[in-house]
Amino acid sequence: MASHLLSWIVFTPLIGAFAVLFIPKSAAEFTKWVALAATLVTGLLSLFLLTQFDRSLGTVQLTEKALWIPQINVHYFLGTDGISMPMVMLTALISILACLASFSIDLRQKEYYFLFLLLETGMMGTFLALDLFLFYVFWEVVLVPMYFLIGIWGGPRKEYAAIKFFLYTLAGSLLMLLGILALYFHTDPHTFNVLELAQAHFTVKFQKFVFMAFFLGFAIKVPVWPFHTWLPDAHVEAPTPISVILAGVLLKMGTYGFFRFAYPIAEDAARWFAPYMAILAVIGIVYGGFVALAQTDFKKMVAYSSVSHMGFVLLGLAALNQNGFNGAMTQMFNHGTITGGLFLLVGVLYDRAHTRDMTAFGGLGARVPLYAGFLVFFSMASLGLPSLSGFVSEFLVLLGGYQYNRVLTAISCIGIILAAAYLLYMIRRVLLGPLNPKWAALEEINTREIITLVPLMILIVLFGLCPRLLLAYMTPTLNGLLQSMGGLAL
Amino acid sequence: MNALESLRYFIPETIVLAGAFLVLTLDLFLRPKKVLAALSILILIAAAFFSFSLPANPHVFSGFFHLDSMTVFFRLFSYGVVALTILISTCYRAIENKFEGEYYSLFLFLALALVLAAASANLLMIFLTIEFISILSYLLVGYEKKNERSKEASLKYLLFGSVASAMMLFGMSLVFGATGSLWLDAIPVTLAKESAFFAVALTGTLFILAGLGFKVSMAPFHLWAPDVYEGAPTPVTTFLTVGPKALGFAVLLRVLVGAFGWFRFEWGPVIALLAIITMTLGNVTAIAQTKMKRLLAYSSIAQAGYILMGVAAGTVAGIESVLYYLVAYALTNIGVFTIAIVVANQSKNDDIESFRGLSRRAPGLAAAMVLFLLSLAGLPPLAGFVAKFSVFAAALQVQLYTLALAAALNSTVAAFYYFKIVRLMYLVPSDSEQTVENPAALSFVIILLLAGTIALGLFPAPLMTLAHNALPL
Repeated sequence: MASHLLSWIVFTPLIGAFAVLFIPKSAAEFTKWVALAATLVTGLLSLFLLTQFDRSLGTVQLTEKALWIPQINVHYFLGTDGISMPMVMLTALISILACLASFSIDLRQKEYYFLFLLLETGMMGTFLALDLFLFYVFWEVVLVPMYFLIGIWGGPRKEYAAIKFFLYTLAGSLLMLLGILALYFHTDPHTFNVLELAQAHFTVKFQKFVFMAFFLGFAIKVPVWPFHTWLPDAHVEAPTPISVILAGVLLKMGTYGFFRFAYPIAEDAARWFAPYMAILAVIGIVYGGFVALAQTDFKKMVAYSSVSHMGFVLLGLAALNQNGFNGAMTQMFNHGTITGGLFLLVGVLYDRAHTRDMTAFGGLGARVPLYAGFLVFFSMASLGLPSLSGFVSEFLVLLGGYQYNRVLTAISCIGIILAAAYLLYMIRRVLLGPLNPKWAALEEINTREIITLVPLMILIVLFGLCPRLLLAYMTPTLNGLLQSMGGLAL
Repeated sequence: MNALESLRYFIPETIVLAGAFLVLTLDLFLRPKKVLAALSILILIAAAFFSFSLPANPHVFSGFFHLDSMTVFFRLFSYGVVALTILISTCYRAIENKFEGEYYSLFLFLALALVLAAASANLLMIFLTIEFISILSYLLVGYEKKNERSKEASLKYLLFGSVASAMMLFGMSLVFGATGSLWLDAIPVTLAKESAFFAVALTGTLFILAGLGFKVSMAPFHLWAPDVYEGAPTPVTTFLTVGPKALGFAVLLRVLVGAFGWFRFEWGPVIALLAIITMTLGNVTAIAQTKMKRLLAYSSIAQAGYILMGVAAGTVAGIESVLYYLVAYALTNIGVFTIAIVVANQSKNDDIESFRGLSRRAPGLAAAMVLFLLSLAGLPPLAGFVAKFSVFAAALQVQLYTLALAAALNSTVAAFYYFKIVRLMYLVPSDSEQTVENPAALSFVIILLLAGTIALGLFPAPLMTLAHNALPL
């Protein structure tokens, strides 16, 4: 099994999806358990991957390669390294927790879990594919279930949010497809193999063209300001578990794309574009922060805070140095755990109160102290309290950013202050003050919900206190990438 | 090779021709007309069975037809499409029992006409076979004899078609004037020598293009399509969006790439421009449609635009991508129409609103429809994706960047209206609880086509090889 471990990780959810499809109506209550089992098995396989993975090597490991379409030299080519491995672990974890958080969904369960597991296969495949054709297939496979998951199980404006998400991303990925094809025709022999493409040397002009095509595809997914407008809609309308996946994993597919494809293949163009990337990142950080501050909708606030926090990943990417890259990669992971937790908490409150209007709450701290504790914990992690993981990654990014450009880094610090402002303001409005009598009977957070949050908290504390545990997996690969791009790795 | 010797290689066509007359005769005596449908399908299967023997010298019937691997490709394609159409027609209610037998025999004649068009090696023969297809199509479009719309559509089709044919014939006369030949293989040779007549030959080519553009519903010769597609009996519409269109492309490839490949750089940009116009017009107009058949009509115009990308490239990869696209498109488009027939049979109208809540009323049917629509929209891992990927690749290979970019943007627009139907099926609750009755024949067609759509998406290699081997080079 070890020889096909990555394939098992990718396709176990798919097997689960079809298992869900064939559950008879009489046994409908087992649907969610089958789905949970599928995500758990995938999680165990991912843990097994952790033991098989040699973190001292910076190279691609555990590869699987088979010829798929000989006429156009397309391979079924999977492999993992320090960039994709953390993302696979994150996906496995978030999927399990989101599946658990889905237990409160009663509507059309069979379809829901089928699409949910299909989505997991798509995400895993996206992170593990090393052939651009295969990557594109998985990238698009993510799109369709997401459309349905938002469109069927979402909030009041779900249809609009779903199609907006779908068309936005589709437009980006089609442009990316043109870039992929251009790359293919510029190599001799023609290839979609990422490792070979990274070795090839293209003219700067051509690199710029390819980089822009990739940039549009990835920037929409991240989302980079000004391509972020689909995000608040999709996040707000999506059901809680899907918001968690959106924020926890899907956004990372964009920044992962930069690390995996755009940077190694078009290194000169990446250096050429770095200033613009940094500027867009800083705009996103500050803009996202200010807009989050202005929100009264709890979920929308968290959504805009994502725009702001993902800006740090981009800033780290633009810095093109070791601290920047390390910071960006850890921020990708940590943002997944922290914001995933925040969305779960928004969902907990919404399930009980059926509103997300922060001004309608007040004084909940006294009524639901346990919930309040969790919320304060995740807010602190999000605003970058030292000793929690959010601090580490943002600090690393700022460190890298400072080496790159002091002015922009200074401006981006405003984003951190803003994060403190909107999160504390949220805590004041929701948890503190006199108890709004309307919520006098609000139920406390239940065990299932606590189970979904505790693993995230453990990771946040663990990587906050000992970031080396996480960095050890990433650094060799990131250093290799940096070296191949002509940068200095210390 | 003279006619008698050539007949040996035209066994499938002989079977189909004899079969058509047989069905026509039996129609006089037989009451249960479904038997005739079954017989027609058997005839086509038998014909397909004999399709593979190729002569050493492809020039048969004194050179008027070339029986090469491309002809075999389109032979199998045509028989398959006609057989599927006949199968679908058995479940279509608007055709009167009295005329049903005749209807099937007309389709058999049409199968013959399609193969002959694909095989033609002479401009005059091309004209005759295209007319053969057209006249049969006019008849079939007007087959709902008591339906005003059907009659109107038939007349419109006839008028537009006549003008297109006249233009094509005029173009051929110009080509003949410039080159002194109507033979596809002789034209490039003469042109190479007589460069003085380039302009005349090019003008003639463009006129021929106009005539063929009518067949493949290329803008600006697409105006007939929505009305005709809407008015015709739905199985005939299904057939028209696939069969004659594909054969139009076959002839287009033979004429443009085969005979006039020589000045690809003159007509290439023209086709590229027309491709952009075709897909944009088709997609943008489709957004506003509320009738299923009209929406699919515009969608099929847009699809023709994508296929034209491969023609515009004019390379080996271009031809291969066209062939691949035609098969993928045929599978998905017939699938979509079949489901539309099932739904319309129940709702008694053609509004896309009748797809409301289909996922609750007929989950399997709705899921199949989603897959077909995703394939039409070009999403992986389905046949439509590989097809679209191939035409994109063909266009980019010869640096047609604008065309590729326009097609990418168009695909997004197309996804919007395909998802309008998905939305109705899955996101909108149904206003009726009525389940949808799905006849066995149609279920069979749908499952078959769905399997094909998925298989071609996951394992495109065999069909790519087939398309590669079908090249006339």
